[in-house]
Amino acid sequence: MRDVAVIGIGCTRFGEHWNRSFRDLFVEAGALALEDAKLSGEKIDAMYVGNMSAGRFIEQEHIGALIADYAGMATRHIPATRVEAACASGGLAFRQAVIAVASGMEDIVVAAGVEKMTDVEPGASTDALTGAADREWEGFVGATFPGLYAMIATDYMHKYHMTREQLAQVAVKNHYNGARNPIAQFPQEITLDTVLKSTMVAEPLRLFDCSPITDGAAAVIVAPLDRAREFTDTPIKVLATAQASDTIALHDRRDISTLDASVAAGQRAFKMAKLTNKDINMVEVHDCFSIAEICAIEDLGFCRKGTAGKFTADGETAIGGKIPVNTSGGLKACGHPVGATGIKQVCEIVQQLRGDAGRRQVENAKIGMTHNVGGTGATVAVHILGRV
Amino acid sequence: MTVARFWRKIPQRYNLEGTKCTTCGRHFFPPRTFCPDCRRNGKIAVHKFAGFGTIVTYTVIQTEPDHFSSPGPYVLAIIKLDEGPQMTTQIICDPKEAKIGMRVKSVFRKIATDGESGIIHYGTKFVPGE
Ligand SMILES: [Zn+2]
Repeated sequence: MRDVAVIGIGCTRFGEHWNRSFRDLFVEAGALALEDAKLSGEKIDAMYVGNMSAGRFIEQEHIGALIADYAGMATRHIPATRVEAACASGGLAFRQAVIAVASGMEDIVVAAGVEKMTDVEPGASTDALTGAADREWEGFVGATFPGLYAMIATDYMHKYHMTREQLAQVAVKNHYNGARNPIAQFPQEITLDTVLKSTMVAEPLRLFDCSPITDGAAAVIVAPLDRAREFTDTPIKVLATAQASDTIALHDRRDISTLDASVAAGQRAFKMAKLTNKDINMVEVHDCFSIAEICAIEDLGFCRKGTAGKFTADGETAIGGKIPVNTSGGLKACGHPVGATGIKQVCEIVQQLRGDAGRRQVENAKIGMTHNVGGTGATVAVHILGRV
Repeated sequence: MTVARFWRKIPQRYNLEGTKCTTCGRHFFPPRTFCPDCRRNGKIAVHKFAGFGTIVTYTVIQTEPDHFSSPGPYVLAIIKLDEGPQMTTQIICDPKEAKIGMRVKSVFRKIATDGESGIIHYGTKFVPGE
């Protein structure tokens, strides 16, 4: 296998883009990534696009071809493939692009992610997202997505006695970071009270424990490492790509508050990179709900099972702490356009490794990790990236 | 959910009809037609569950999806059936009453109304009790 590097990144602002279409969003992200790599579109050999549910959100399927077309590549007939794994679609699209280059099959490949979620009523978007879980045996009986993660939280708090205040610190920290990220949907700092007094959604989770409905797109360009300096002075090497699956329904898991797919993908990634969690300078984890970040940092080995609440409340996951988590603001404050999230995580880590993260920069960042979850943990993608 | 899609699963939804692998004895609800342990050696048979279980974890859903029949907040839980498998279900009880470890038994209830067709879907919920 060949070594692979990220040579360009681009991301739209995340938020409610009522005046911009699905096409506008991915064209902007793609153009930003090409500009960043000082690359013209003719050099692109293939595209992978992460998208969860354009069929439900904008009644459009066949997203691979649509994106290649509107990116101006129809006449070049490049292969363009849509990748779907619910909220992990972006992470899997990135992984497919990395594999395509590593295999030697392609040279310059775009991995993009896009979701336009606000063209439908909130009820319809919530229902579309329920398709990431088991429609027949979870959704049909009344499970909502917040409801499923709330059941993880209930189980976790019962077993490990994490306090409601400790859990709320996840959102407070992510909003602090989001306030330092120019693309964030909610760039406002919040207090513990903001979380604890927000509307109850599904006990014990409140509105400020939940990531929002978001429009947005992100794109990255990967190339063989030995060609990367043709395009950039700061190539970022892909040190590991890993993916794992688990039961589609939460009720079939070995342990309700451990995502075994996160554990498996994390271990595979560390093995591939020949690294341990101590080598990681910052990590973007999938905090679709505050409890998801708590589970993620334990499942990836950054702290012991049952201790993530205290670890977070002690500031160890803040910028300057032992392991900065979600410097972008995470899904909570940066926003969660589902198909784009996994790609945005890569963009954030690349910015950190280049030293371009501005007011949220982690000092001396050399190695970073991304963790992207589909559903309640039925798919997980983990990547490790490093400075060359 | 379309009529065909719902009717296909009526024995399972109304009567807690799952499956059992007669090779290893493992029970499945929701039903599976392939045993993950025995793989191709597994022999699958229909099994009707007794309908008793214990709450593993739960939540109280405050903002329910449009088409669900429960007025106001409702208790959603993962329960472990006495035969072994776990399933997601609504518990009909005072939200303050729900607890991890609480014993529950199955009842037949209205689950949801299909918004477009107005068709009422019935199925299994659980209530506290032995
Ligand atoms: Zn078996």
